Amino acid sequence: MTLTKSQMVDIFTDKLDLSRKKCADILETLLETIKHSLENEKDVLISGYGKFCIKKKNARRGRNPATGDDMILDKRKVVAFRCSHLLREKINRL
Amino acid sequence: MNKLELISALKTEANISKSEAAKVVQIFFDSMADALAKGERVEIRGLCSFYVKEYKSYTGRNPKTGDKVQIKPKKLPFFKAGKELKERVDL
Repeated sequence: MTLTKSQMVDIFTDKLDLSRKKCADILETLLETIKHSLENEKDVLISGYGKFCIKKKNARRGRNPATGDDMILDKRKVVAFRCSHLLREKINRL
Repeated sequence: MNKLELISALKTEANISKSEAAKVVQIFFDSMADALAKGERVEIRGLCSFYVKEYKSYTGRNPKTGDKVQIKPKKLPFFKAGKELKERVDL
C-alpha cells in the first residue's frame, strides 16, 4: 500500500468540512508553499516529523562509467531529510 | 521555515482560516507518519517519496572511545526528493 496524493485528498475530505475539490486545492497550495521555501534555500522544519534541508554539494571530478571519460560534475544543491526522534520512535514501535 | 510559519503561509496562500491551515498541516504530516509506522510507502508526486528501510543488527564502535557496541535492528524512513522539487532546488 502506498499513500499517494489522491489518498491524502481523501483523508483531508474526511477530516475537514470542505469539498473534495477545495481539499485538493489546499493540498496543492501546501505542497507549493513547501517547494517554494526550499527553492529559496529556506529549510522546512516540522517538529515531530523531521526537517527538509538544502545541502550544497561542491563541484567534483567524476567519471562517465560507460565510457570512462573524466568529467567535472558541477556544484549542485540537493534536498536532504532528517527524521525527528519522535517519528523514528513511532516507526520502530510494535 | 518552521511549522507555525508554514501554517501562516498556507493561511495566506490558500485563503483559509488559521485554524484550518493548522489542521491541514497537522493532518498532512500525521498521515505520512501513520503510513510509515504501518510500514507503508508514501509518494507525493512533485515533492518527495518515503519508504521504511530496515537495518539489521550490527556491531558498531563508539567513535569516541573505540568500544564495540551492539547496534539493534532498526527501521528508518528513507527520503527521496521528487523530480519537480529536485529541479526547482538545483537551478
